[in-house]
Amino acid sequence: MHNGNIAVVGAAETTDLGVLPGVSMIQLHAEAARNALADAGLSPADIDGVATAGPLPMEISHYLGITPRWMDGTMVGGCSFMLHVRHAAAAIAAGAATTVLITHGESGRSRIGMSRYEALAPDTASGQFEVPYGALAPYSNFTVPALRFLHDRGMTRTDLGEVVVAQREWAMQNPRAFRRKPITVDEVLHSSPPVAYPFTRDMCCVVTDGGAALILTSADRSADLPVADRAVFLLGSGEATGSPIMSQMEDLGSFGAFRQASTEAFATAGIARDEVDHLMCYDAFAHLPLYMLEDLGFVGHGESGAFIASGATRPGGTLPMNTNGGGLSYTHTGMYGMFAIQEAIRQLRGEAAAQLPAARVSFVQGVGLYFGAAGSLVFSNVKP
Amino acid sequence: MADGFAPKPTPETAPFWAAAKENRLLIQRCRSCARYYFYPRPWCPHCFSEDVEWHQVSGRGRLASYIINYRPLPPADHTGPQIIALVELDEGVRLLTNIIDADPAPDSLRLDAPVSVAFHPRGDFKLPVFRLAHAQ
Repeated sequence: MHNGNIAVVGAAETTDLGVLPGVSMIQLHAEAARNALADAGLSPADIDGVATAGPLPMEISHYLGITPRWMDGTMVGGCSFMLHVRHAAAAIAAGAATTVLITHGESGRSRIGMSRYEALAPDTASGQFEVPYGALAPYSNFTVPALRFLHDRGMTRTDLGEVVVAQREWAMQNPRAFRRKPITVDEVLHSSPPVAYPFTRDMCCVVTDGGAALILTSADRSADLPVADRAVFLLGSGEATGSPIMSQMEDLGSFGAFRQASTEAFATAGIARDEVDHLMCYDAFAHLPLYMLEDLGFVGHGESGAFIASGATRPGGTLPMNTNGGGLSYTHTGMYGMFAIQEAIRQLRGEAAAQLPAARVSFVQGVGLYFGAAGSLVFSNVKP
Repeated sequence: MADGFAPKPTPETAPFWAAAKENRLLIQRCRSCARYYFYPRPWCPHCFSEDVEWHQVSGRGRLASYIINYRPLPPADHTGPQIIALVELDEGVRLLTNIIDADPAPDSLRLDAPVSVAFHPRGDFKLPVFRLAHAQ
């Protein structure tokens, strides 16, 4: 669909990530936008499209002094930014925008400027059928199907532990990662405090403050920009819906939206699984990379645990995955998807902390509002 | 599990919560395609028929998946862990719920174990919750 005709020309995170009690949510958006503009060598006047999730697009554009002619406020949780990239690509191709800024910022840990997101509405589907039962925090809702997934495959908590250890090996190479201490599977299972069986603390993502932003334009225009030799091209994309409440997930051991969005992303990119050099799988919790590896078709049913335990996704493995350390070890502000995209761009530019030797194609899989939505993107540093 | 947030019914869910107050579990069924569905909606999500009815179901099902939540958030009782479960009713509909009166330990909570409904007061309402069937 995109044929590499859309390019990422700016990509940056906030200067600091982690514990930032002196910075509000919207400031994090703005700082990320400023860093991305500097990265692209552009100014606010060059931006004519703005997309964001959480705050409304006009809140971000007004804060930055930008008057866009196109905006997108699609909010489907942590994978919203995958959808923004896909929507921006369509808008640029249609001539509705020339240069689009996509921002994320969240004071997920310090909760500064976040009051709008604190309320639990008791008359929603979740407010009636989940929240009264205590399924109101990510760790007490998103985690509930995992035992079924493991049980039906003859897998165990050890498989969750292997995910944590594999990603920690990447984080140990990344000075910006929130959790960097070496850890063993035994420690993940038995020393890490229990949060929600079968999950221990290290199987749950970190909780941080931070932001990041992207700038997209046409590949033609990117060739004339100072960042031309660092441009990353969009090959394919997909998006799909799941259910608004966990009980309605159609199959507790497989997420239809992962299958649908990734199938469309592979088809539109025109690539096969074995052409992917680098994989980002949104990991708010340790079960998600297991679901994704199987639902995206990188491994067969029930093979995800053994694949990770084999070291295939670790440094030196055949399918390097979550090379920033992931949500489990790098950062997780609440809507992590933007950070998964940032790491894909860094790897394809050759600017990652744990840089792969020759990454040409990166696949990014996002998930949003628990098993509520999914977005998939395929990037390359080579225009087809 | 006496404490916690209470639901606020909407017009399409009001019959569900009104029945729960009377210790009855009502689930909608489509007369046109003969399938049950949840959560409450005025049309069948399978065939879009408006010919739907509320049906009192058995309240029997099986434990499809669960977590043992060691960090319940207020206003829930956080003196002990909370079992948050997905239960699949015999009629084919899945609910998120709590398992009550069970030892919060993996050895006591076998997947696919039979469960049956109970009703627990919460604010002005009663929540459908479940017990392991052998604990009856």
